[in-house]
Amino acid sequence: MNMNGPLTLPKAILYLFVCLVLFFLIVPNFIVVPISFNESSLLSFPPEGFSLKWYARYWELPGWVDATVTSFVVAILTAITSVVIGSFAAYGLVRGRLVGGKMLSSLLMLPIIIPSLVTAIALFNVLSYLKLTGTLAGFVIGHTVIALPFVITIMTASLRSIDMTVENAARNLGASRLMTIRRVTMPMAMPGVISSGLFAFLISFDELLIALFISSPQVATLPKKLWEGIRFEIEPTLAAVSTLLVMLSLLILAVAGLIQLIREKRGNG
Amino acid sequence: MDLTANALNADEFRRLNRREQWVQMNFLVPCLLFLVLFFFVPLAMFLSNAFFDPGFTLEHFEKAFTRPLYMKTLVKTLKLSLTTTIVCVILAYPVAFVITHTSGKVKTAILILVLIPFWTNILVRMFAWLAILGRNGVINSNLIAIGAIDEPISLLYNYFAVVLGMTHYMLPFMILPIYSVMAAIPANLTDAAANLGATPFRAFLRVFLPLSLPGVGAGCLLVFILSLGFFITPALMGGAKDTMFAQIIEIQINQMLNWGFAAALSTILLVLTIILYLIYDRLLGVDRIYGKEGH
Repeated sequence: MNMNGPLTLPKAILYLFVCLVLFFLIVPNFIVVPISFNESSLLSFPPEGFSLKWYARYWELPGWVDATVTSFVVAILTAITSVVIGSFAAYGLVRGRLVGGKMLSSLLMLPIIIPSLVTAIALFNVLSYLKLTGTLAGFVIGHTVIALPFVITIMTASLRSIDMTVENAARNLGASRLMTIRRVTMPMAMPGVISSGLFAFLISFDELLIALFISSPQVATLPKKLWEGIRFEIEPTLAAVSTLLVMLSLLILAVAGLIQLIREKRGNG
Repeated sequence: MDLTANALNADEFRRLNRREQWVQMNFLVPCLLFLVLFFFVPLAMFLSNAFFDPGFTLEHFEKAFTRPLYMKTLVKTLKLSLTTTIVCVILAYPVAFVITHTSGKVKTAILILVLIPFWTNILVRMFAWLAILGRNGVINSNLIAIGAIDEPISLLYNYFAVVLGMTHYMLPFMILPIYSVMAAIPANLTDAAANLGATPFRAFLRVFLPLSLPGVGAGCLLVFILSLGFFITPALMGGAKDTMFAQIIEIQINQMLNWGFAAALSTILLVLTIILYLIYDRLLGVDRIYGKEGH
């Protein structure tokens, strides 16, 4: 179908259909914003009046801010751990020509294919044996398992696009392997490192099932609190929290997009 | 030129090269160690509960396969996954088609609209659907306000709600693989068909559609796999009748404390998932799922 030609009826129908699908996709993301500014305690839309009281409630009710802090700390630590481990693994996958490399990379993707409920139960078992349930370390370990496949995928693509001859040149000029990685490979792979770090952060920040199993009354993440809220008492405070989470996702996507843009401008990576 | 020296050099070179590759493989060690320790071993330990109680037994599997409740739930879950997959592919194909055939700002805008929900917390989306479909939700209150209905209609906690929620969650997983395959189809192929006298529709049907099918297959398998083990949406949007396979595993763990049986049910789910994953991997390669993001 020639998409640049005049607007014909089939094309008009196609565009309309696609607009409706996109509307369906995006509407839940944005409906939470007006609801969060409601005056009434019903989830009214269009909102009645304007108030920030649900944000105030989020700030004042016990647990929400603590959960937010926990989620942030866990997500940052998960991003660091998974990017370090995952980047090294991607380097090994791309640069080392190992037998069964294809099978290995399929194996490394399993944590995102296997139902997260099963992963969560299995992890819960081991983490409680190690007395790590309800601890930051426990959350970071669990979330790193889920984030690693994403980091490896992004880093593998990023490293593949780097010209290997530059690395070889550095080695020929006498740089050690670690020196080459630090001074040549790392700077070139930086956009990949940052975007995989951002996505690992988001994955951890959004993760629910592991958190359901290993949270303790004292240490819980934001998704766990949201889950309880949705299950037991739906009220506009949840809309306020949701709005904050939507903003966070938008911010991270914007940063990732910006990095992509810079990368394209520079014409490498 | 000294031939022996040259041959020696080649040997030496090969040796060094092998050594180099060996050293580079060591970079994989931390990752493998981590995943073995915190993923593969825990998984194996949990699943072994299905076979040992404490001696070797297959009674958990016997129970899973003979009690009608479990097989019925499995069939129901397969049906839900199939429905979700079909609805998703119908909605996703035109979107991927339009993304492929537009350029510049429109293309970027559509891709952003697909990626935003992809990266939004699932609980936020669940909450939004509950706020839209609930008894006092957006739809009901507005329908009552305009006088279309007197009593709120129940839109939640039924099969329709689960399919809606699942479709919303899975749609990006369908759009992205289809788009990644469509983007690789040379544009001049359809032009050639048109030049040879095919109508636009015929050119699409005979040239573009067949070439895009690998993406459709990959997207369908991916959505089906992810739907099979899905827990959150049926738990929050479904009624008691819509209990899915993952939910009965959770019930066995949290309410029945029957780890052996939960492990047997998980094993069944995993075997199904892994068979489908192997087919998927053959078809397209798993790294294509996220390969296009950020563009």
